[in-house]
Amino acid sequence: MPLLAVAALAAMTYAFRIAGPLLRDRVTVPPAAERLFTSAAAVLLVALAATSALTTGHSFAGAARPLGVLVAGVLAARRVPFPVVVVAAAAVTALLRLAGLR
Amino acid sequence: MWKFWRTTDPGLLRDVGLVCLADAIVGVSFGATTVAGGLPWWLPVAMSLLVFAGGAQFAAVGVVLAGGSPVAAVAAGALLNTRLFPYGLAVADVTAAGGRWWTRFIGAHVVTDESVAFALRATDPARRRAGFWLCGVALFAVWNVAVLLGVLAGGAVKNTGAFGLDATFPAVLLALAMPALADRRTRAAALCGGTAAVALTPFLPAGLPVLAGLAGLAAGWRRRRAGTSSAPSGVSSAAASGSAVSGSGVSGVSG
Repeated sequence: MPLLAVAALAAMTYAFRIAGPLLRDRVTVPPAAERLFTSAAAVLLVALAATSALTTGHSFAGAARPLGVLVAGVLAARRVPFPVVVVAAAAVTALLRLAGLR
Repeated sequence: MWKFWRTTDPGLLRDVGLVCLADAIVGVSFGATTVAGGLPWWLPVAMSLLVFAGGAQFAAVGVVLAGGSPVAAVAAGALLNTRLFPYGLAVADVTAAGGRWWTRFIGAHVVTDESVAFALRATDPARRRAGFWLCGVALFAVWNVAVLLGVLAGGAVKNTGAFGLDATFPAVLLALAMPALADRRTRAAALCGGTAAVALTPFLPAGLPVLAGLAGLAAGWRRRRAGTSSAPSGVSSAAASGSAVSGSGVSGVSG
């Protein structure tokens, strides 16, 4: 990922951030549009989470990582604080590997 | 500045501290995983300074680590950050206050899930300002230091796989999506999209399966239009994530 890509993402991110304060008297976001973007972001996050949990390159990543992520997902659904979720994912995966699972 | 500190109550300091601590752990994880995945040290550092949006940073680096193109990475990160637009509208009064034109431009850069949540949980303008600025500025400092520490740690540890660090990326992404998944239609769309993305991974160039997963949106969206058009429930707007932060003390990592 070259520096140019970082700059592009940074510029787009800042544009999203500054647009509200600059345009606040002139625009409102239709609730339907806001729901669509929220849904799109959630779909993207889940798709990314699923592929990065289950695959490495073009093939299966092994069982330890997806099991760690599964535990993290259950904890997150139960509204466990964020850092605990993150540490649990790493800890479960590490322990499974220690036990010999790939 | 003095007026600012007088409106800063101990409860606010404590809550901002908790949020910073939580995000610091995530930041260390971000820095460590990125360099452990073979990416250069300056990448997470530059991203954290310039983009300063944890979810987008994780998403973009996740795409690159999976072998995806920079364009796919930028697209994924930018899509996640579209939510910052309504956030900016929600705190426009806060960043404009004070009478100086440049506070808006600085304030915009520290618009995150967390800082907006702190602004929204108060109604009094002075408290809204105190919450937003304290959280925004503190989080910017803490996040960047944490990512740097993670970069140093990730470079020092040889076998990061043994520590399960590779599991933290998908775990963070999943946890970020969780509030929005309370909405049944979003959940259906995400399930379709996630399944499609995994199924396509062996056949498509890296990065594309995830974007193709967005087609899952059509499934949820068609059902939404067919059903009642209301149902704002569970969809994580700024207000919803605000209650999440103030409720548990710690929450998202958009910062």
